[in-house]
Amino acid sequence: MSKEREPLFSAKNMKLITGPLNMSNPVTVQILGICSALAVTAKLKPAFVMALSVTIVTAFSNLIISCIRKTIPSRIRIIVQLVVVAALVILVDQVLKAFVYDVSKQLSVFVGLIITNCIIMGRLEAFALGNTPWRSFLDGIGNGMGYGVILLVLGFFRELLGAGTLWGYKVIPDSWYIANGGFYSNNALVLLPPMALVCVGLIIWIHRSRNKSLIEK
Amino acid sequence: MKKFKCLTCGYIHEGDNAPEKCPTCGVGADQFTLIEDNTPKKSKGFLGGKNSNAYIIFYSTVMVVLVAAVLAFASLSLSERQQENIESEKKCDLLRTIGVPVENIAEFNKYITSSFCINETGAVVEGDAFKVLLGLKDEYEKAPAERQLPLFVGNSDGKVRYIIPVYGSGLWGPIWGYIALEDDWSTISGVVFDHKGETPGLGAEIAATPFQSQFVGKTIYKDGQIVGIKVLKGAGSSSGNNNAVDAISGGTITSRGVETMIISCLNGYAKYIDQERAKMQGQGEATDEAVIDESVKNQENE
Repeated sequence: MSKEREPLFSAKNMKLITGPLNMSNPVTVQILGICSALAVTAKLKPAFVMALSVTIVTAFSNLIISCIRKTIPSRIRIIVQLVVVAALVILVDQVLKAFVYDVSKQLSVFVGLIITNCIIMGRLEAFALGNTPWRSFLDGIGNGMGYGVILLVLGFFRELLGAGTLWGYKVIPDSWYIANGGFYSNNALVLLPPMALVCVGLIIWIHRSRNKSLIEK
Repeated sequence: MKKFKCLTCGYIHEGDNAPEKCPTCGVGADQFTLIEDNTPKKSKGFLGGKNSNAYIIFYSTVMVVLVAAVLAFASLSLSERQQENIESEKKCDLLRTIGVPVENIAEFNKYITSSFCINETGAVVEGDAFKVLLGLKDEYEKAPAERQLPLFVGNSDGKVRYIIPVYGSGLWGPIWGYIALEDDWSTISGVVFDHKGETPGLGAEIAATPFQSQFVGKTIYKDGQIVGIKVLKGAGSSSGNNNAVDAISGGTITSRGVETMIISCLNGYAKYIDQERAKMQGQGEATDEAVIDESVKNQENE
């Protein structure tokens, strides 16, 4: 392995991971995977589990498809990709159910959303079919994390503002609430998907105003 | 075998060399040209190339069989652990219902002293209550008269408590839970609810402590009838009402599902509970009321 012509973590390869975190973020720049980003981010914990699962599935489906890319008949390549992704998602779900049962309960509804996540299919089509396995694997990890970062940011603000908790722990003191004579009340609207869309919009706004090169002329 | 084509008439000659004279138009050997063999080559690849139908069918068959084998293997090798997880979760829920910390799961049998199944008429029937509990969904799909209803007898804080599993549907999927009754068969000593996929932060809050702790001390009886627990809209709207709790704002359909689940499941146990209460009334009517009064006081103190 050490005789690789290109080091495993060369600058070019690292760009595959860091790129999707910022300049080519799948959610805020490519606007992919929005539906699941809205659905699972009402709480931080499911958002984190979702981010982790998507990263694993993206990375390994990229790896597998890249390994068999030369044998895939182009006419049924979408079906092949779908089978690989679906099989991976089922495997992830089975393993979670066996080893971390409580997390898998958080995830159960969202499994279907991983299969339909446009980021995974998009990366398979755009990258894994034309690149070597290692580069595809890194690309999968990068895109999964790019998606995950947005999920965590959304989950953080939605859980904090909507329920006054973080990771299930209370962070806003009880005495602040109107019911206890305070001035504060949770904003239930933040927990609903429409508000999540507004939040995604805000993130895109901030992201673009910090990176002028993203703004279309 | 090589092929030669006559440039004048298109005649194709097969042989090692071009013919001296074309048999159709009569031109000489110089008018023949060697043509590349463009008939399907055997060397084009396995089953005739990547885009041939045979290859695609072969490819998808192998792929499907492989994936099926991997998934079947994973499912088989993990199913035991998964089953254990499901069982231990049910046991934890049963313990939590009667207020025993889940760390004590190893001593499950100490806290859940006995279990049995009853039917709609209130008679005790054959059946392993825990097994029935694992397949509670199937039980509630049967006709009411055919159902085996599991009932658990627990023992915590030196008191006997009866645990009734309930099953119903919320907004997106099934919801289920356990209701523990004090030995007066009326006062709720604790509940646990869970759900498959209610909206996080809204309907899913039925599985959280703030919602469940409201049930403690409420009664399922009113004027000698089982009325279950009403789930009322609006914070504080259930205060002072011994048969109601507050619903979850934003989770109206799930809250209603809880209400329906409680009353419809308790109805199956109604005959049995009535019998048990009748037996107790023989022992002394006053105790029943006293327990309720006491629990109401406890609740007000909270």
